Amino acid sequence: MSGLPPYASTGQRTWYYTFRVICGLIFFFLIAPIVVVIPLSFNAQDFFTFTPEMLRLDPEGYSLKHYRNFFSDSGWQAALWNSVRIAPVATILSVSLGTLAAIGLSQDHVPARRAIMAILISPMIVPLIISAAGMYFFFSRIGLQGSYWGVVLAHAALGIPFVIITVTATLVGFDRSLTRAAANMGADPVTTFFRVQMPLILPGVISGALFAFITSFDEVVVVLFVGSAGQKTLPWQMFLGLREQISPTILAVATILVVVSIALLTTVELLRRRSERLRGMSPS
Amino acid sequence: MTDTAANDGFVVFDRVQKSYDGENLVVKDLNLSVARGEFLTMLGPSGSGKTTCLMMLAGFETATHGDILLGGKPINNIPPHKRGIGMVFQNYALFPHMTIAENLSFPLEVRKMGKSEREAKVKRALDMVEMGAFGGRRPSQLSGGQQQRVALARALVFEPELVLMDEPLGALDKQLREKMQFEITHLAHSLGITTVYVTHDQTEALTMSDNVAVFDDGRIQQLAPPADLYEKPQNSFVAQFIGENNTLEGVVTEIKDDTCIVRLDGGEVIDATPINVSNVGDRTKVSIRPERVEYNKDRIQEGAHTLKAEVLEFIYMGDIFRTRLRVAGNDEFVIKTRNAPDVDRLVPGQQIEIGWLPSDCRALDA
Repeated sequence: MSGLPPYASTGQRTWYYTFRVICGLIFFFLIAPIVVVIPLSFNAQDFFTFTPEMLRLDPEGYSLKHYRNFFSDSGWQAALWNSVRIAPVATILSVSLGTLAAIGLSQDHVPARRAIMAILISPMIVPLIISAAGMYFFFSRIGLQGSYWGVVLAHAALGIPFVIITVTATLVGFDRSLTRAAANMGADPVTTFFRVQMPLILPGVISGALFAFITSFDEVVVVLFVGSAGQKTLPWQMFLGLREQISPTILAVATILVVVSIALLTTVELLRRRSERLRGMSPS
Repeated sequence: MTDTAANDGFVVFDRVQKSYDGENLVVKDLNLSVARGEFLTMLGPSGSGKTTCLMMLAGFETATHGDILLGGKPINNIPPHKRGIGMVFQNYALFPHMTIAENLSFPLEVRKMGKSEREAKVKRALDMVEMGAFGGRRPSQLSGGQQQRVALARALVFEPELVLMDEPLGALDKQLREKMQFEITHLAHSLGITTVYVTHDQTEALTMSDNVAVFDDGRIQQLAPPADLYEKPQNSFVAQFIGENNTLEGVVTEIKDDTCIVRLDGGEVIDATPINVSNVGDRTKVSIRPERVEYNKDRIQEGAHTLKAEVLEFIYMGDIFRTRLRVAGNDEFVIKTRNAPDVDRLVPGQQIEIGWLPSDCRALDA
């Protein structure tokens, strides 16, 4: 144990191990609900509990029937399709608008930067139900309520704060003399943005995009208000599945989502590390 | 000066003023002309306005008043990317996500140059700074001195007529800095480009430049070749700022053509050359360079002015001796003497007589 110096007192030793046990418990508290779902999703019965066969590790107790149900049921497929149609578009909108906002707000000459920033960040702070209700009334007036674009715009608004925060954080370390150097060498502002600034703030943009995507993908409150049956997303369907059908199919869906999330997170993290490495140590 | 300057200067600042807040002028009435092929250094303490001037020339700051002309045309309304001026930044500003070759290729790409032409130019520029073998590396893999060379090559690769340098050697160690000083001047002169160089290091300014503009308080205090700047400072700021300098304060009692009589505050009366004192009764700061003062009797020249002095400190520095004296009540009077066999080595407490020529003794503003 490298962390414990040889002269540590009994009290320090005790705390050293207690601290680790506490961390372990917190970790367990966070992870257990997710881990439990995974074996349950292979349940051969239509129950939410471990059957005696499962506990005996009897192959008879396990099956893929809930997965089959997910892939064959038209309701689930429609929900999956809606989520896949909404989340990426909302993400693209959030990323473009959020990145532009972050770059604009990072410039000294912009008046009332803090106030504008606070307003743009507010969807993250205001209770979701309030945003949802507000959007419901606003979108009804302008005819967007219950439409695909209504949901996309609502989700984009929820995703923008994440993009602004992550991109702003990357811009703090951004060396302004790089854009000046590019201009000096004859690059117009648009070229400078795409060739110099964008590649360097990419780690922040990617993280922001990930958050925005996840926000849209597992959002249920706003879509209930703004969407109609035609925009029923996966989380919405899962919510219904739990309340009305009590079908273990949602466990299979949950497992798939967990796996997809982990894969997504890993890829994005690797991408982010790569571009962070390329970003290198700029002499400052 | 402005009128002729506006006619034949390649870079001209004509009554330029700059204010960031609309109240305080950072640059006050700047008039400056740089000839084609000239190496001009803007030298000054921080906050003197020299970097602001460079930024206005590059187009990153706009002049509040006045015109900046490049090749006879006003450039106030031309954005930085259309000015075609090369620049070496203080922190080099190399693009960390591109290789060295890509960094150099960038200004050529935005000029829509063909691939083979680009490669040839990049190679030539890298060879010029002896970095030919490093094209595939990234900036973070190079040392400070190598990055500096790359930055220089990148500023030159698109063959600009004017190159700006903003304290480019500040981050290098002494030896490398001296080597680069030589290389930069050599390159600039052999390529015939006009260079505007900003620094707060006076040695750099003196060794590299054709002309040096000394900035203070938003104005050019003196614009002159290095030798004139050091030997003939026009005011006490320049005398103090460039090199080591001894100052004796007093009052002008008589002015006659190119000499004046100054009564020092300690009562002594000396001859001096009046530079920017015009009236009898004016307070003045008399400036004498440490190496122009002699104390060996047989070395004191004919016509030299002599004063009594007491040795306070004698420092052996190898090639020179640095002696601190009390002269006319001034405890910080320093003289430098070359280490030669016939030079006396002084001891603290010794009473000596020192002498200097009135022409080396300049009466400046107080």
